[in-house]
Parts: sequence; C-alpha cells; structure tokens
Amino acid sequence: MNLLEKIDAAAAARKALLPNGVGAFGIPIEEVYSATEAKIGDRRVLLLGTNNYLGLTFAPECIQAAHEAIDKEGTGTTGSRMANGSYFGHRALEKEFADFYQCSSSIVFTTGYQANLGTISGLVGPGDTVLIDGDSHASIYDGCILSGADIIRFKHNDVADMEKRLRRLGSRVETTLVIAEGIYSMLGDQAPLAEIVKLKNQYGCILLLDEAHSLGVLGETGQGLVEKTGLLQEVDFITGTFSKSLCSIGGFCVSNHPQLEQLRYISHPYIFTASPSPATIASTRAALELLRKGSHLRKQLWNNCTQLYSALKEAGYVLGPDPGPVIAAVVDTPQQALLLWQQLLEHNIYVNLILPPAAPEGKSLVRCSVNAAHTEDQIRYVGDTFAKLYSVISSHS
Amino acid sequence: MTDSNYDEIMQLLCDRLSSLTNSSAQISPETNLISQLSIDSIKLLNLIMEVEDAFDISIPINALADVQTVRELVDLVHKIKSAS
Repeated sequence: MNLLEKIDAAAAARKALLPNGVGAFGIPIEEVYSATEAKIGDRRVLLLGTNNYLGLTFAPECIQAAHEAIDKEGTGTTGSRMANGSYFGHRALEKEFADFYQCSSSIVFTTGYQANLGTISGLVGPGDTVLIDGDSHASIYDGCILSGADIIRFKHNDVADMEKRLRRLGSRVETTLVIAEGIYSMLGDQAPLAEIVKLKNQYGCILLLDEAHSLGVLGETGQGLVEKTGLLQEVDFITGTFSKSLCSIGGFCVSNHPQLEQLRYISHPYIFTASPSPATIASTRAALELLRKGSHLRKQLWNNCTQLYSALKEAGYVLGPDPGPVIAAVVDTPQQALLLWQQLLEHNIYVNLILPPAAPEGKSLVRCSVNAAHTEDQIRYVGDTFAKLYSVISSHS
Repeated sequence: MTDSNYDEIMQLLCDRLSSLTNSSAQISPETNLISQLSIDSIKLLNLIMEVEDAFDISIPINALADVQTVRELVDLVHKIKSAS
C-alpha cells in the first residue's frame, strides 16, 4: 500500500462510520449570532458544542481591545518572538498570567496545543520519563512524543495505578514528569489532584497540570483546579489555553521554577512559530481581566451545568462522574451516538459527536459544552430534547 | 529464542490478543497487529498496561513505533523484562 492508498484506507474507515452527507466533524457554520446561537445550514441552532465557558466571545471589552490593537499595531507580527521581537502586549500578558497564578515566570505560546508541546518537549528529553494519565489530550501525547522521553501511561484518574507505575520507575523518578489535567475534555471529570500531589512529593518527581478546560471554571477567581483544591503552590508547571474561557487563541505556561524562562531558547514550538497577533493578545488580556473578576459568570455557568447534568441524568443517560461544563452522554454504539447527534441537530441543537478511537475505552459520546451565556430556557430546552430522544436512542441498535 | 520467559510472554500476548479481537483466526508470531488483527491504538496501549502489570515492568509506549507483528511485540517485552 503506497502513501496515498493508506490515506484512502483511513478515509474509507471514516466513511464507514459516517454515512454520506453526515458532516459531524468540521460542520459548516454559516453565521455566528451570539455566544449561544449560530446558523448551520438553514437552521438557527443553539451552540452546545463550543468551549466558550464564560460566554465572552462577544464581550464588548474584548472586541474593543482587539480593534484598538489592530489600529495601533496591525494585523500580525509576521514572525517569531525570537526573530521579530516581543511586543508590549506579549510581555504584558505574560506578567498578568504570572500575577494571576502568583508565579515568577510565565510564557505565552501561539496556541494551547503548542503550550503543551513546547512546555513538555522543553522540560524532558531522551532518557527522561513522562508519566501521563491514559485519557490525556492529544497535545500532551504529542508533546511527549516530540520530547523523545519514555512515555508511561497510568489508568485514567487511578491514583493507585499511578503509584504502581511510579514505584516501578525506581531511581528514574528523579527525571520523571507527571502530567494530569484539571478537567478532562471527554467526560468532564476532574483529576484527583490532592492524591497526585501527595505522590509527587513522596516520590520526588515534577508535576505539570493542564488547566485548559478548568481555567475560568473552577476556583473563586477562576485559576482552575489548583485554586479549587488550594494546591497552587504544589504544582510545578501549569499550562492552559486562551481558546476556551478566554475566547481567543493561544496558550500559556506558568511556574515558580526559574528554569521555565530557558524554554524560550530550547523549545521549538515556542521558537519556530509566529507569535500571537496584536488583536489576539489584546482580547485575551481583556478577557483575563473579566475572568478574574467573573465570579458571577462562574455562578451562572455552574447553575447551567447543574441544571443540564441533572436533566440528562434524570432522563436516564449515562454521564461522566462530575457535573461540569463538559457533559458527555455515553451511549452503547457509534450508531446510537450518530443518531442522537443527528436528532439533536434536527431539533436545532449543535453538540459534539465523539466516536472510537477518539473517546476513551472505545466509548461513543455525545458531548455538550455548557456556557455562562446560556439562558435557563435554553438549557431547559436542551434537557427536554435529550429526554424526548432517550427512548428513540435506546431502541436503536 | 526459546527460553521459558520468552514462551511465557508469547503465550500471554497471544491469549490477550485473541480475546481482544474476538477472532477465531490463528494468531502466530508473524501476525500483523494492525492489518490482520485490527488492533487500534487505544486497544494496543491498554494491552501494554496489562502486560506491564503482568510482568511488573515499564514499557514506554514510544517503543511501540517499531512494533508491527506479534513477534516484534514479544521481543520488545522480553528485552525490557530481561533488563529489569
């Protein structure tokens, strides 16, 4: 089989899962009306498949900041910070992230994916070890692969399994980086951070926590799981993204280890890419300010999360263990998931379809992402529609 | 290579692969994990965790890049187990 035939084989496998005409992945969105509504085909749909957790995509403060930045500094930086320099906004945002997390060092990356790629591949290398949760995001896996370090997985959120694997490493724990996530993107569950920190301290390894889905969502000021658990000072490196609660694109890493600064000179995903545009940085800075003082947004978000989680659970759906902004209905077969996804779209609700092997343990998921801008009526409609479809899905093999 | 460790690893992997694939096809050392057994990446990674537990060893998943057949997987596990 030549290179192109291999791609054809992968395309055939995808087609077998999704009949012709079903565009569940990368669906065309014609217009975006607000943080909660858009036009798909000729339908006005409710958006439950975005990560706009605080509902800030149309926040006037962010839009105005982006406009001003374009007027003042143009549309792009046209190159890397290493070569083209660091604008005032890049440096200011890094200071603001360091301040937010009470850390001495902070680096801004061009995407959230690159934040994990750049941080992990900068921290570990050949001969080192990374111990990662089995359900880690692709950016974590790819960062580990790029690093050349030995990659060992532990069972998802299973601290006993993690300890077993740490013990097996023996003296290699000294050069081991453990990686977990604040909220996992598939089932929306949270890492058992207190137990992980206890093991990290017991074995003397380094801990990186990815707060991509928990930034803005957990903790009084929205720092994430580190704030909710009071363990900010126990985590060595925190990464995150701007593309969820902060409604732009980019990523960051913060730490009190001064060695983080050296990543600017050794991390290829930081060095060999164009830096974030002035508009992106400006809207992110404005959004971070809103996030920090957005306890009312978090309150509204959690009301919505609890309302939808309860409605789906009451309707009989199997869900992840924790209520939160990521609420995934787990169904038995890819065909059931596809039918549920299609039926929801017929009812003007857009959610995410996740089929094996993308979902953990061969599961098929229909995943909702709740945000603070959803109204009580919108959430009620989504819950009622899921409930109405339950019997249809259950009887479909 | 005919030592008992190697045979034990081969037996364990053949048993587990047979159960994972629900296949009646005979699994031999030359069987290709992907093209013949349709073992996807997640199944393979979970199998590796089971093997780690069975032999109390650490198997870096990046080492799987060079593994295509049952024999190559057994060779990898045997090499790590012998060095531990």
